[in-house]
Amino acid sequence: MNITESIILALESIVANKTRAALTMLGIIIGVGAVICMLALASGAKESMMSSIQSMGTNNLTIMSGQSRNGGVRGGMGSMQSLTLSDVEALRKASAIGKLAPQVQTSAQVKYANNNTNTSIYGTTPEYADIRNYTVEKGRFIRDNDVKGIKKVAVIGPTTAETLFGEMTPVGKTISIKGIKFEVVGLLKSKGSSGFMNQDDIIIIPLTTAMRRLMGTKYLGNINVQATDMSKMNTAEAQINKILRKEHKIKNPEDDDFRIFNQNEIMEMANQTSQTFTLLLGGIACVSLLVGGIGVMNIMLVSVTERTKEIGIRKALGAKNSNIQSQFLIESLMLSIVGGIIGIIFGVGVSQIMSALSTFTASVSVWSILMSFGFSCMVGIFFGYYPAKKASQLDPIECLRYE
Amino acid sequence: MIDVKHLNKTYVMGDTVLHALKDVSLKVEEGEFVAIMGPSGSGKSTFMNILGCLDKPAEGSSYLLDGKEVADMDDDQLAEIRNRKIGFVFQTFNLIPRRTVLKQVMLPLQYTPGAKDIKERALKAIAHVGLEKRADHKPNELSGGQQQRVAIARAIVTDPVIIFGDEPTGNLDTRMSEEIMAIFQELHREGKTLIMVTHEEDIARHTQRIVRFRDGRIVSDEKVTEQIDARDVLATLPEEEHT
Ligand SMILES: Nc1ncnc2c1ncn2[C@@H]1O[C@H](COP(=O)(O)OP(=O)(O)OP(=O)(O)O)[C@@H](O)[C@H]1O
Ligand SMILES: [Mg+2]
Repeated sequence: MNITESIILALESIVANKTRAALTMLGIIIGVGAVICMLALASGAKESMMSSIQSMGTNNLTIMSGQSRNGGVRGGMGSMQSLTLSDVEALRKASAIGKLAPQVQTSAQVKYANNNTNTSIYGTTPEYADIRNYTVEKGRFIRDNDVKGIKKVAVIGPTTAETLFGEMTPVGKTISIKGIKFEVVGLLKSKGSSGFMNQDDIIIIPLTTAMRRLMGTKYLGNINVQATDMSKMNTAEAQINKILRKEHKIKNPEDDDFRIFNQNEIMEMANQTSQTFTLLLGGIACVSLLVGGIGVMNIMLVSVTERTKEIGIRKALGAKNSNIQSQFLIESLMLSIVGGIIGIIFGVGVSQIMSALSTFTASVSVWSILMSFGFSCMVGIFFGYYPAKKASQLDPIECLRYE
Repeated sequence: MIDVKHLNKTYVMGDTVLHALKDVSLKVEEGEFVAIMGPSGSGKSTFMNILGCLDKPAEGSSYLLDGKEVADMDDDQLAEIRNRKIGFVFQTFNLIPRRTVLKQVMLPLQYTPGAKDIKERALKAIAHVGLEKRADHKPNELSGGQQQRVAIARAIVTDPVIIFGDEPTGNLDTRMSEEIMAIFQELHREGKTLIMVTHEEDIARHTQRIVRFRDGRIVSDEKVTEQIDARDVLATLPEEEHT
């Protein structure tokens, strides 16, 4: 009996018991479908997390003032102010650093006519736009002249603009921040970020204006740094450490009065989180595939019992044990392959619908399709093996006598 | 061809031990046509199943088939013998449900490695038992006699040297029985060795030799003096719609 005949035989016997085969396959279908959906969901979540991190700019390092002392008392971030504009000038010499934007940050009451809102105010320099990936929708961004001239101009985020101006164009209007009048010169383009930080609810003003008029401080909140290249991020970090320690006259790294946040680390953290997420969802889905497999085994055992007489006849006509075994193994493999294929179609369909109905993009990977298909084949072989083995070892004469 | 010595078979059920066959010895030469008779429960089927390599005798029994000891063979070798050397016809036909006559008859050849022209050979065997018009029918569309003829076609399709029948005419009326016996006699003339169980003296007298069983032992073994030719009997029976 060759393979084609065995496959035809298996299909015949599946067709002969359509309802039963369909119900058995349902377990595999749901299992495979779940694996595909869950993995699609997980990778969609990962992609949106990554793009939201990416939208904050790439190759970024942030230097913050603060103490990092291992084992000692750790001062809160920014609790100790140490970064100054002369640090920024010193850092400009570092080869791995592309762009630099010092920044101060506060939050304040902002008013326009009768509208007011409480929002984040960033004082910074023009390079900030490049580092943080901001572009203007209307008007312009902060210019060097604004910073030099301590001008009272502001660039406004789209969310803030809507709160203050509604449908009106904000450019050219005058708002007041902490009672000081600022002219709105630009409207930022939305980053569409729905993520953990709303990057659209923001007002950006010149660094000098913020430091002198709004906050009255000599110290910077933090310095945004963009490395020249993705591969240079660690070099940049090392150079920053070296320069700032020299500037601040620090001999022992334990006495550092600044901290560096590397975007790579955040990415890695996000990656790890999403990996855990993927494993968890994938695990749950695999359990359902396993349950489907047990269903296959159950039905195969019933099928063997039901066809005991047939097994006896086949053996009497000269079927070897291996013939009987492969017959039943192919049958269970067929059940799970057909179930697997339907499950893939089902899983891809549901993922499509899910991403159409929600903001999530569930992205089905070829890898997850191959994996779940391979897994369902393995389920077929694994759970078909025992019933098939059992069938093959039956005694011919006992089978013929079986009623 | 068949040489059985001191054959024993016991069935253990709980604490009762049943001796189905007690020290049976029998020799059958190639080309013989033997009938096995005996009351119900005398061990005929048990004996046939062992001869047909479907069942195994007790320890110490000897069954030489073509000079080879069957007890020494493993499952695969036994399967090969059943496939190539032996054709078995059962009282209950034992056809596989929902499968056409052609498929039933092709089945043994599908278990013969390297078998060629499977379909042609199956059609030839079907023609041999006069069922060429029924090749595409399923068992439930056939009469008992026709079903038994399918079983015979299936038994002879591999061109075996020995054909066993365990009451092949047991479920059939006189005319159908004679038709089956006519086929058996023709196979015998072609040189096959045939051994069949029957309850009816008339049927037994279609063979050359009658072996009688009682309580698991052979009690008599005699030649048939006036052999009946099934073709003669069929000629005397009233004509019927022939299939
Ligand atoms: N599987 C079995 N388990 C227990 N006892 C059995 C089994 N098969 C047969 N027997 C017993 O062995 C004895 C011989 O049975 P066997 O079927 O060989 O008789 P038989 O001569 O073929 O009878 P019949 O003419 O009714 O077919 C009987 O007493 C029967 O009850
Ligand atoms: Mg019997």
